[in-house]
Amino acid sequence: MGYQWNWGVFAQPSATGDDTYFGWMLAGFKMTIGLSLSAWVIALLLGALVGVLRTVPNRVLAGIATAYVELFRNIPLLVQLFIWYFVLPELLPASIGDVYKQSNPVLQQFLASMVCLGLFTSARVAEQVRSGINSLPRGQKNAGLALGFTLPQTYRFVMLPMAFRLVVPPLTSEFLNIFKNSAVCSTIGLLELAAQGRQLVDYTAQPYESFIAVTLAYILINVTVMTLMHKFEKRIAVPGYIGGK
Amino acid sequence: MYEFDWSSIPGALPFLWDGMKISLVITAQAVLIGIVWGTLLAMMRLSSIKPLSWFAAGYVNLFRAVPLVMVLLWFFLIVPEFVGQLFNIPKGTDLRLSSAMAGFALFEAAYYSEIIRAGIQSVPKGQIAASYALGMTYGQAMRLVVLPQAFRNMVPLLLTQGIILFQDTSLVYVSALADFFGAAYKVGDRDGRLVEMLLFAGAVYFVICFAASQLVKRLQKKYHPA
Repeated sequence: MGYQWNWGVFAQPSATGDDTYFGWMLAGFKMTIGLSLSAWVIALLLGALVGVLRTVPNRVLAGIATAYVELFRNIPLLVQLFIWYFVLPELLPASIGDVYKQSNPVLQQFLASMVCLGLFTSARVAEQVRSGINSLPRGQKNAGLALGFTLPQTYRFVMLPMAFRLVVPPLTSEFLNIFKNSAVCSTIGLLELAAQGRQLVDYTAQPYESFIAVTLAYILINVTVMTLMHKFEKRIAVPGYIGGK
Repeated sequence: MYEFDWSSIPGALPFLWDGMKISLVITAQAVLIGIVWGTLLAMMRLSSIKPLSWFAAGYVNLFRAVPLVMVLLWFFLIVPEFVGQLFNIPKGTDLRLSSAMAGFALFEAAYYSEIIRAGIQSVPKGQIAASYALGMTYGQAMRLVVLPQAFRNMVPLLLTQGIILFQDTSLVYVSALADFFGAAYKVGDRDGRLVEMLLFAGAVYFVICFAASQLVKRLQKKYHPA
């Protein structure tokens, strides 16, 4: 085959002149990490809230939480992203919409991506939190109520401290997913890792090196997250349960 | 305030339906290849022949570590050229679409293989021992005893994965295949009615996926009454 391998291409100054091609990759890497972590914060907070609401006896609250989960689980991520990015600014009142549309384009892409990924993942987190709460023996809730705790107190002091520790292992896979799903945000022009990979192919004409480097970067993220979460899971495992001490 | 104008949807329905057919074909094809290739991978992974099990583990872990978007870009931009040179296919032939579809199926097979592996492992070991005691070979034991039970247990999970896969097909957008979402985007862009078309596309996906997941839930209750 006539392909000229040239790994040195990453050290070359980029077409815009202010950086090397490795610098482009690094910028994409940082964007992927920053986007995924900030979306993860949203996903954890909202997901925990919605997951808890799905288990409460109040039918209205539980119904709203169920509708939330079904809405975000049954529309493809790409469609949700396009709705956040292209549709929502149009539907805002003109005064707010105009301020948003005149702001920095990168900021717009980042905000839409962060909110979209965060809410999309929060529905999945909510399902894990719900099944964690439901997996607790019923006696725990009854014992809490019998001791005179109110329902919120029972959640706060009895059920949630257990449930949150039990859901850590299944949440690890959602945490991995958020990094992978962030690649979808390249479609609205956000220059994260996958988008930088495409750009590298166009500018360097070294498609193999570019894609291999980007793929390895994703594998690196994956392995790092798995290693860290494994350590965290061990620390937080409940004694007496499978995986506990 | 934004003024909605849904008038471009009725005229675009035939075009959107063509796109939906492409989405469904990609889904069906990927489910089929995913289950067949996924079963083979799962059996390799559980095999006592080490190189087979290493290969399967490497394959599954690699595909599960990389975003689908990246896999599709590989198969859209890089694999066609490589395959073309390898088999001396004339330069003009457009392999990109079939390549993107193949990449999609190969990616989903990694996820199916994990479901199927768990399904096989859920069958009690005594079943295999009993099959051997009856004089069956490994192949017969798998085909006649283990896999039928494993698949029965897995039906809801395989179907749920099918729904996820149907949603994933929208990502072939990156490879310029005109699936349902691609078609909706094109119409919206052409008519300057992106807002309406995107909301319409979201609603269609929601109705299909919600209905399908309710069906799966019913099926699950029928087979495994709690």
